[in-house]
Amino acid sequence: MSEEMRSTCLADEHRALGARMVPFAGWEMPVQYKGIIEEVLAVRGQAGAFDISHMGRVILGGAGATALLDRLTTNHVASLEIGAGHYSMLTNEGGGIIDDIIVYRTGQSEFLVVVNASNTEKDLAWMRRHAGADVAITDTSDATGMVAVQGPEALAAAGRVLGQSLEGLPRFGVASFEWRQVTVTACRTGYTGEDGVEVIVDAQESAVLWRALLAAGVAPCGLGARDALRVEAGYPLYGHEIDDEHGPVGAMLMWAVCMDKGDFVGRDAIAEARLEAPAERLVGLVAAGRVVPRQGYTIWSADECVGTVTSGAFSPMRGCGIAMGYLRPPHHVRGGSVQMDVRGRRHELQVIPKKELLLPKGAPVA
Amino acid sequence: MATPEGLLYSKTHEWVRVLDDVAEIGITDHAQAELGDVVYLDLPEVGRTLAYDDIFGAVESVKAVSDLYSPLSGDVVEINAEAASATDLVNSDPYGQGWMVRLRMTRPEELQQLLTEEQYAAFAAESAH
Repeated sequence: MSEEMRSTCLADEHRALGARMVPFAGWEMPVQYKGIIEEVLAVRGQAGAFDISHMGRVILGGAGATALLDRLTTNHVASLEIGAGHYSMLTNEGGGIIDDIIVYRTGQSEFLVVVNASNTEKDLAWMRRHAGADVAITDTSDATGMVAVQGPEALAAAGRVLGQSLEGLPRFGVASFEWRQVTVTACRTGYTGEDGVEVIVDAQESAVLWRALLAAGVAPCGLGARDALRVEAGYPLYGHEIDDEHGPVGAMLMWAVCMDKGDFVGRDAIAEARLEAPAERLVGLVAAGRVVPRQGYTIWSADECVGTVTSGAFSPMRGCGIAMGYLRPPHHVRGGSVQMDVRGRRHELQVIPKKELLLPKGAPVA
Repeated sequence: MATPEGLLYSKTHEWVRVLDDVAEIGITDHAQAELGDVVYLDLPEVGRTLAYDDIFGAVESVKAVSDLYSPLSGDVVEINAEAASATDLVNSDPYGQGWMVRLRMTRPEELQQLLTEEQYAAFAAESAH
């Protein structure tokens, strides 16, 4: 790698905790502290904290901000109320996904856009290329840190630490308030399938926040747990389920596309894709045993290759391997049985909708 | 990190315990710590003939999969079915209950190529950087 590895404002905290650090999207990030399974269980059972400072935080302001975002993203920005947010995508002219993002409306003409770490530069360049003089685009990624607090006890723990009740914040809502003489922004979002908040704080105060969360009983969790949690939740990740060549139709993300809001970049291609029978569909897959599906494994039905694994994980909640992958119809239907090739051996996979990978609360655990 | 004496080691992080003409093989404490929580073992069938450096299986943790290389030539006489179903034994007791296969050695002279405890500890410390 030619470029210097970047560190987040919390890197010293991770090292002090004995985290195992790995390169990820150009950043040196903690992959685990104590163990991935233990960290997954902490998030499903109580609360866990993740350093997500490597993600991009972009503020768009000005009279043209709403129109620009409605032109570049798939969801309906004009209908967002102040203090609300939504999942969305930046799409290219071909209908491929440049990135999946969350857009929050923080003011009448001000938006916060949170983007994937690996795509921050690309997204910024794309937005700046399309922006007129009536939109100011500010990259606040370096000036701030971001911590996700996730789990059934996350809201209460984060609220205690921040001295602010967060219960009133709606799902996908955003609110800013003063904490230790700096402005903190709390978003009721996350990518784990659990309730919680993502907190943006001045980079210099981020370690204080991190330590206070840990002191409040929140478990530090790394990228390993984060990935397993998001696969369990059936959430796509750029570079795995989605990329510039693959659009929202096959990825089953049309719920985040507003086709009747007017024109936007990629709309025509998406409309066309919607009329065709999709070549492949993203599904959830449950392995018969503990073997872990990995990105790139081929999926078979008898002698026919019918798909590919895009993400896999060991699910501590199910006690077996789980995955997402693209399957060619008609193999994508619920309840279907396919096999993946692991080192020359076939392993059974059951097909389910990706939303059903995460067992409902209270379901018997394996 | 513990590296017991009396065992021999490979540069691919397997250990060997010699029991007469049988070699018991597992992965080292260093290897299990690098992998993290082990969730699946791919072990060979009893009766399979292995040559030195053959891939005889794989160990999967939550985050990675790592091939297992045979440090010796021989025939598989036993696999550890208990560790295959309770894979956390590989993490908690890598040199004991976490053993993986037993080989009847066909070229015991290959033992001389393996590392001693001291040599392996130095090698593992170096490869950790």
